[in-house]
Amino acid sequence: MSDYRIQGDTGEWEVVIGLEVHAQVTSNAKLFSGASTTFGAEPNTQVSLVDAAMPGMLPVPNRECIRQAVRTGMAIDAQINTWSRFDRKNYFYADLPQGYQISQLYHPLVGEGSIEVSLDEKNPDGATKVIGVERIHVEQDAGKLMHDQHPTRSYVDLNRSGVALMEIVSRPDMRSPAEAGAYVRKLRAILRYVGSCDGNMEEGSMRADVNVSVRKPGDELGTRTETKNVNSVRFVMAVIEQEARRQVEVLESGGRIVQETRLYDPDRNETRSMRSKEDAHDYRYFPDPDLLPLELDDAFLAECRASLPELPDAKRHRFESLGIAPYQAGVLTAEVEAARWFDTLLDAGAPPVAAANWTTSELFGALNRTGRDITDSPVGPAQAAELLALVADGTLSGSLAKQVFEVMLETGESPAKIVEDRGLKQTSDTGAIEAVIAEVMAKNPNQLEQYRGGKEALFGFFVGQTMKAMGGKANPAVVNALLKKALAA
Amino acid sequence: MSVDTTTVKKIASLARIAITDEDAARIAPELDNILGWIEQLGEVDTSGVEPMTAVIPNTLRLRDDVVDADPLTGGGKRDQLMSNAPQGEHGFFTVPKVIE
Amino acid sequence: MMTDLTDLGIAAIRDGVRAGSFSAVEVADAFVVKVARAKALNAFLVETPNHALAAAKDADAARAAGEVLKPLAGVPIGMKDLFCTAGVPTTAGSDILAGFTPTYDSTISQNLWDAGAGMLGKLNMDQFAMGSSNETSAFGNVISPWRRSGGSNADLAPGGSSGGSAVAVSARLCPGATGTDTGGSIRQPAAFTGISGIKPTYGRCSRWGTIAFASSLDQAGPMARDVRDCAIMLAAMAGFDAKDATSLKLDVPKWEHGLSSNLNGLRVGIPKEYRIDGTPEEIDALWQRGIDWLRDAGAEIVDVSLPHTKYALPAYYIIAPAEASSNLARYDGVRYGLRDLPEGAGLQDMYAATRADGFGEEVKRRIMIGTYVLSAGFYDAYFTQASKIRTLIARDFERAFEQCDVILTPTAPSAAFALGEKSDDPLAMYMNDVFTVPSSLAGLPAMSVPGGLDKHGLPLGLHLIGRPLDEQGVLNAGLAIEERAGFVARPEAWW
Ligand SMILES: [Mg+2]
Ligand SMILES: [Zn+2]
Repeated sequence: MSDYRIQGDTGEWEVVIGLEVHAQVTSNAKLFSGASTTFGAEPNTQVSLVDAAMPGMLPVPNRECIRQAVRTGMAIDAQINTWSRFDRKNYFYADLPQGYQISQLYHPLVGEGSIEVSLDEKNPDGATKVIGVERIHVEQDAGKLMHDQHPTRSYVDLNRSGVALMEIVSRPDMRSPAEAGAYVRKLRAILRYVGSCDGNMEEGSMRADVNVSVRKPGDELGTRTETKNVNSVRFVMAVIEQEARRQVEVLESGGRIVQETRLYDPDRNETRSMRSKEDAHDYRYFPDPDLLPLELDDAFLAECRASLPELPDAKRHRFESLGIAPYQAGVLTAEVEAARWFDTLLDAGAPPVAAANWTTSELFGALNRTGRDITDSPVGPAQAAELLALVADGTLSGSLAKQVFEVMLETGESPAKIVEDRGLKQTSDTGAIEAVIAEVMAKNPNQLEQYRGGKEALFGFFVGQTMKAMGGKANPAVVNALLKKALAA
Repeated sequence: MSVDTTTVKKIASLARIAITDEDAARIAPELDNILGWIEQLGEVDTSGVEPMTAVIPNTLRLRDDVVDADPLTGGGKRDQLMSNAPQGEHGFFTVPKVIE
Repeated sequence: MMTDLTDLGIAAIRDGVRAGSFSAVEVADAFVVKVARAKALNAFLVETPNHALAAAKDADAARAAGEVLKPLAGVPIGMKDLFCTAGVPTTAGSDILAGFTPTYDSTISQNLWDAGAGMLGKLNMDQFAMGSSNETSAFGNVISPWRRSGGSNADLAPGGSSGGSAVAVSARLCPGATGTDTGGSIRQPAAFTGISGIKPTYGRCSRWGTIAFASSLDQAGPMARDVRDCAIMLAAMAGFDAKDATSLKLDVPKWEHGLSSNLNGLRVGIPKEYRIDGTPEEIDALWQRGIDWLRDAGAEIVDVSLPHTKYALPAYYIIAPAEASSNLARYDGVRYGLRDLPEGAGLQDMYAATRADGFGEEVKRRIMIGTYVLSAGFYDAYFTQASKIRTLIARDFERAFEQCDVILTPTAPSAAFALGEKSDDPLAMYMNDVFTVPSSLAGLPAMSVPGGLDKHGLPLGLHLIGRPLDEQGVLNAGLAIEERAGFVARPEAWW
C-alpha cells in the first residue's frame, strides 16, 4: 500500500499526507457558554451573548469538553498535559464573532500519541501501520455562512459558534489515499467507542483538513496545500488523489506549489484555491487573558482513565481469542454499536464462533436488506442468543433457524414461541424418517435403480425429497445416515 | 527598528482599519517613536524567567455541562441578540456577500 | 431643607435614609437636578433620572414597610459608560458603539442594583478606557470642575480614563461613581479631582458585562468622596462571579467595619525607584508629608526597592495594546454598533471602513501597537519579553512586601494639566501612569486619596499599594492620611 505512486512524465512521485481532523466534542452545552449544541436548530436560536461576542462577554470552560478530550488522548496513548492553556487565534471573518478563535497553540491539552491502522481490511492482523498523532487541542467552532439565500448578502448563523472541537493533528505519516482512509475510519471508531464525538460526518461532527504534498521518493518534503473541511472518508481519499495528481502536473510543467488553503468540490471532484483565505496568515496567537492556565489534578485524570471503555483493537483481539476469525472480528468491532450488541450476545451465552457467523451473515444481511441500523434492529441480542441456543441443542436446523429468524424480523416474537406456534421443531425421530424414506424410494423407482446402478450423485435428490416430505423439519444428519443405509440395502 | 509607512499599512490591514497614505505617513513616526521607547525592555535579562500566566495565583474553574444553567450565558435569545444588529433578516445576521 | 443633600457622601446618605432624616426620593431628586445643570462639564453621556428615582422609591417603600434596608438603599450613583446597562445605551465613549443598547447588565451594575443603588446616568470616559485625560471620548472632553487659582480659566483635564466618574463625584453630581482601572484609570483621575478611588485586587470585581480594554489588567472599583465611602461601595461591587473565569472565589470582607486609622505595627514601604528625575518638587513634598502622616498614625517607615519599576510602563504598553487589539476585534459592524458599508464594498472592506470610522485616534494607535507586537516575528521579542518582565515586576512587589505591609507613592507625577496640553504627545501622556501601572501589572489593590493642593490650588493624590487581597490595609492607610490631610478643598461651581 505504501508503494502508492503517481506516475508522472518524469517518473514516480510519492504522496505525503497529514490530516487535521476537527471532531465535535459530545457535550450538552458549548465550550465556553451554556448554549445548547443540538444539531439542526432554527438559525441563531442556540446562541448566547458569549457566543455572539457581545461587549463584555467572557468565556468559562465546560468541564465535560475537557474531560472528553483527555479521554480521547488516553485512548490513543497520548501524553496528557496536566498544564495547558488557551490561546487566541486572531482573524476577521463573518463566522467568527469575537474576531478570534479560542484555541490552543503553545500548550495543547494532549501531546504525542499514535493510532495503528490495518492496511488490509480482509486481515486486520496482517500489515499494519502506526500513524503518529502530534497533538489534540480543544478549540471553538465557528458559525455558519450561507451564500445562496440572497443576491448580495451572506447570512450568518451562529448556532455552531462556540461548540467544542477537538483538533486531532496527525504527523505527515500517510503515503496513500487508502492509508488516509484507514486512519480516518480508525480514528472515527476510537472517538465513537470513547464517546467523545458522534463521528457523524454528514452533520459536520467530524471533518478533515487534508494536507498533501508530493515528492520524488527519497527527496525532501515538498510544499503542501491544505484542503479544508472535507466531510467524508471517500472525499478525503478523492482529495488526496486529485490534489496529488494536480501537484505533479504543476511541478512537471515547471510550476511551483503555493502553500495555500483549498476547497474540495465533490460535484466536480476537484480542489480549488479558496479566495477568502488568500490573505497572508498572521494569526497573532497569544494566551487568552480571559482564561487562566488549565491545570488537571490526579482525581480528574483517574476518573477519565477509569471511564474509558474497551477500545476497538482490544475488543477485536478478545473476539479473536474466542476463536472468531480475524476478518469477522474486524467487521464486528468496526462500529461501536455493533460491537456492543455482539458483546451482549456473547454475555447471553451464545457460542462465539456460531454467534459471529450468524451475526455477520444473517443479522447484518437482514439489516442491510431492510435498510436498518444495529441500533434499531428488530432482533435484540437476548432473542438472538435464544435462537442460537435452539440451533446448538439441535432443536433447529440451519434452514429452520433461517425461517424462524425471518419470522422474528417480521413479528419481533421470541424464537421459542415461533417454533412452538408454527411447529418448526426439527425431528430426529428415526422411525418417522425411515417411513418417509421408504415412501420416497417407492415413489421414485427409476431414480433408485439409477442410483443403485452407480449414479451416486442422485443421493442429493433423495435427501431433498425426504426433507421436502418432512416439511424441512427433519434433522439433516439423521436423514443422511438413514438414507445411506436404506439406499444401500 | 523603524516603522515605515509600508509597515503601518500592513498593520492597519491586519487590524482591519482603513488607512489613507497620508495617515500612514503621519502615524509611522509616531509608532516608531513609541516602539523605540518600548525597545528598552530588551535591556532586561529575562533568561530563566517564566512569562506571567496568572496575575493573582488562581486556577481555571470549569463549569458543569448544563444547557442554559444561567440564562445570562445560555441560548434561546435570538431577539435580544439581533436587537442591536445593523442588518439582519429571517433570523440571520447579514453581511455583504462573501465568495469562499 | 437644612442641608444640601448633594453635599453628602454615600455613608451619610445611607445612614440618613435609614434614620428617616430625609427620604431617598429627596436625595435622588437633589442629584438629578444637579446633574441636569452640569452639562458644561460633559460628565454624563446619558442621564437616567427615572432609574435613580425608581431605586429611591423602592428604598423609601422598604423603609415604610419596616424592612431591613439594603446596603446602598437610597444611594444614587453614576455609572462609567464601560459597564453594560440593560436598556440604557452603552458606548465606551466610542462611535463604534453608537446606538448600542445592551439587553443585559454587567455583574458590577447588577450587584449595585441588588444592593439598592440607583443610577443617575452613564458617565463619559476616554474611549475604550484608553487615555489619561478624558480627551479621547468620541463625545467630547470631560471638563474638570477645578480651575487653577490666580484667574486662569483654562479648562483642565479631569484625568482618565474614568474622567466622567471623577468629575461627577468631585462636582457633587453624585456621591459615588463606578470606575475601571487598567493602568491607573481610577487612581489618576481621582488624584486630579480631589477624590478617593480604589482599584481592588485583580479578580475581586467581576469583569462580566464590562467592556474589555485589557483583560489581564482591567478591574472595576469605586470613586467617592472619602475612604469610608469607597469601602462601602467596593463591598457592593465585589464578589465571586461564576461568569468570569478570573473571578476570585472568596467572600467579600467587611471593609467598612474593619476601617481603622491606627497603624501601630504597620510597616510602610517607600520605593526608591519612584523618585523620578523631573518630578515637580511639590510632588516630592507631598510624598514626604504622606510619610510623616503615616508615621504619625503609628506606622514604621521602611525603604524598599522595586528594581524593575522603570520597565513597567513600556511593558504595559505592549501587554495592554496587545490584549486590546484582540478584545476590540469584535467591533466589526456585524452584530451591533456602527456599520460603514461603502458602495460596492465586500466584507473585509466593510470591517476596515467601520473600524476606521468608529474608533478614535488613540484607540486606533493602540490597536496598531498591539497588532504590531503580536505579529509574526515580533511576538517573542515584545509580548513574551513583556510578560516575563511582568513576572519580575510582580516578584519585586513580593520581595518588597517581605519588608513592608503597604507601599506609599504619589499617585501621578503632576497635578491636572490643561486640556490639549499633552494630547499631541502620546508618550508624554503615557507617563502620567508611571506610578500606577506597576501595581496594575501585578494585580495589586491600590488606592488614591487626596493629599493636598499644588501651588495653583489643584488637588494632588497619594497612592497606597497593598498585598494581594489586602484592600483593608490600603483603605486603613488611606484613612490615616485622609484624617491628617484634612482635605476639604472643593471646586467652586462655575458650570
Ligand atoms: Mg487546519
Ligand atoms: Zn482547528
